[in-house]
Amino acid sequence: MRIKVLLFASYADAIGSPSVELELPEDATVADLVRQLRSAPGAAHLPARPLVAIDQAYARPEQRVAGATEIAVIPPVAGG
Amino acid sequence: MSAVALVALVRDPIDVGVLLAAVANDAMGATTLFLGTVRDVNDGRAVSGIEYSGYEPMAEREMHAIATEAAMRWAPARVAIVHRLGTLSLGEASVAIAVAHPRRAPAMDAQRYVIEELKRRVPIWKLEHYVDGTREWVDPTRQPREPGAGIGNGNAASGVASGVTTEAAT
Repeated sequence: MRIKVLLFASYADAIGSPSVELELPEDATVADLVRQLRSAPGAAHLPARPLVAIDQAYARPEQRVAGATEIAVIPPVAGG
Repeated sequence: MSAVALVALVRDPIDVGVLLAAVANDAMGATTLFLGTVRDVNDGRAVSGIEYSGYEPMAEREMHAIATEAAMRWAPARVAIVHRLGTLSLGEASVAIAVAHPRRAPAMDAQRYVIEELKRRVPIWKLEHYVDGTREWVDPTRQPREPGAGIGNGNAASGVASGVTTEAAT
């Protein structure tokens, strides 16, 4: 399946785009998605376990991504 | 009547009167107002301003969740949270939190909970602009540049407070 991943702040800068498309197996998990994302150009310095949100809620590494409407990889937050 | 009085992301300067009016009612004997403002030095570097961006729909959702948690845990607290996005100058408020409660202690406890959770969970980022012309994304998970220098822990918008709650500004 083809999955669009939203990127922000330092991660978007590193990869040079606010989103990327990844090709993943149907049973792919969040950890699989991150592994594939880190092999993209510019993404090697991303942490091994970044924050990931599925449909605007924080997701666990073992969570499946199939059926998600919106997936985002989230740099360390710094609000306030 | 929902105890979440107001949750918003804004691009214009924050009007604290709107937050105070949102949480007010006659049962409330204590109202706290917290402002996070842009500080002139972070991690030993002279800051000229901060550019705030967010994953806006999720940021609003998390802010609403935090306000709901605080309002329930410290019922009958009324909670308002406004975060500003865009480029802010020194001294401008990036976040404002108002909490009203019949008594002062729960109002202050609820407010502390809201700002700490906001900093931990809400997907908003700071691009610091320095006086020397460089820019850098703030990463609170990274070690400070000068450990023990006493300048802070990577958050340029510090707990400079006004109104009822006061924290020392550096």
